[in-house]
Amino acid sequence: MLVDVHAHFYHERAGRADWRERNASRLEAGERIGIRWHVASILGSWGHTSPTYFPSPSDLSFANERLRALCHEHPGRIRGYVAVNPNFTAHALEEIRRGVEAGMAGVKLAASRRADDPLLDPVCDAARPRHLPVLHHIWQHRRHEWPGQEASDGVELCRLAARHGEVAFILAHIGGGGDWQHTLRAVRRHPNVYLDLSGSGVDGGMLDSALRAVGSERLLWGADVTLCTGWAKLRYLERVLRPVDLELVTGGNARRLFPAEAFA
Amino acid sequence: MIDVNVLLGAYPWRAISGTEPEEVTAVMDRLGIESAWASHLPSLYWKDPAEGNPWLYEVCARSRRFQAVPAIHPGLPHWEEDLREAVTHQAVAVRADPGLLGLAPLGQPMLQLVEALAAHGMPLLAAVRLEDGRGRHPLDVAPELAPWAVRGWLRHSPGLRVVVTHADRGFIEEVHFGSTPTESARVWWDISWVWGPPEDHLAHLLATLGPSRFLFGSGQPLRLAETPLARLDLLSLDPADRALIQTGNATALASRRVPR
Repeated sequence: MLVDVHAHFYHERAGRADWRERNASRLEAGERIGIRWHVASILGSWGHTSPTYFPSPSDLSFANERLRALCHEHPGRIRGYVAVNPNFTAHALEEIRRGVEAGMAGVKLAASRRADDPLLDPVCDAARPRHLPVLHHIWQHRRHEWPGQEASDGVELCRLAARHGEVAFILAHIGGGGDWQHTLRAVRRHPNVYLDLSGSGVDGGMLDSALRAVGSERLLWGADVTLCTGWAKLRYLERVLRPVDLELVTGGNARRLFPAEAFA
Repeated sequence: MIDVNVLLGAYPWRAISGTEPEEVTAVMDRLGIESAWASHLPSLYWKDPAEGNPWLYEVCARSRRFQAVPAIHPGLPHWEEDLREAVTHQAVAVRADPGLLGLAPLGQPMLQLVEALAAHGMPLLAAVRLEDGRGRHPLDVAPELAPWAVRGWLRHSPGLRVVVTHADRGFIEEVHFGSTPTESARVWWDISWVWGPPEDHLAHLLATLGPSRFLFGSGQPLRLAETPLARLDLLSLDPADRALIQTGNATALASRRVPR
């Protein structure tokens, strides 16, 4: 069972005329690759009416509602993360509550607030009793501030993970740019931090280093916005991993992290 | 299948395994890649990159799987001798990455090189980048190749043919539609950095530029060699078009040498 733990979809307020084509393209490519489940989020309006990484509460509510509708349209293919902005605590908690009621499987944090900020604690507290993993957008080794986002790196996420040992954190896209070697050092001693392999980066040695750093038990396959690089990484893993380890990375770990009913 | 973007030898900025020719050959065997256009990776960072060419020629002489893409620094005295050597060794192209050489892309040395390459019928190969700029070593600050540089080369030397590796959709479109049809017919792009679904940049470019402009290239072993194959497998390509990208275009490019 192949699970893409880092997928995205678009909607009619995402500011792009081709949003339907992009959604269809993801699903079509997923069929070709053999993706059983796309676990997806929608980051507000993708910058159209509020910034992608600082989405407004109303944009998040709309996006989460559209994602719930997509899950309903594709009940055997799409699962959803509730995307929240931790600067709006009450709204975030209400979105999580509403999402869980509708079967959402995780929480997505983009880059609206540094990962180790106390404002993320209530979000994690809400995720814990519902067994929701928290997928956190990460800049691999953030050496300085970046425009358009309050980016966090692995060290900062691990501080949050240390405070919430019973929550599973998915460190987003080690292939998504930045210095993944820094991330691999940061996460070694944090057993509740899992790495998603998504991103356009296909650096030689990255997958082998990730396996050495955390083992197949803490790696999750994903694609993000480039399914081609995701498939390339999957093909590489199919060659180097034992079947039992490959099964963990491609779906077994996800089955363990997400709520039991997520992939039923 | 011909991979036009292969780099042999150690990388100065991080440890990478599988950089020896025999190891790259094993990957090629596994993926069905018959031959590769190869450069010597370490010497791209040397003060005189041509010092890596004898090793490259030796590798290519030993294994017909590799075709040499030697590096030349046109800012060094008597670089023309390195070009003559490349011609003698039947190099498939010559590479000059102005950012790595510390040269202005449209300065006199680069323009003299492109003139000489055009005269020899030898393609110029240049990379936009070798790694994602966000992940590079703090001392690896060489500027990326810019689209205006490629446009400038094409305009400066009407006979020049250029192969650009590691370019994304925006770069490719900027050069293609910023050039006349005659100019853009002299530049080829590898698909190592062009996104597939769901953005479908590669499918879009194949529809707008046509398959004759694209080459199969991976950037291995700095990047996973599986990537361009996955990209092609995600397209609904006519087999003839796929054959052009995988082999035909590179073969035609290599065989259209104009003897001086």
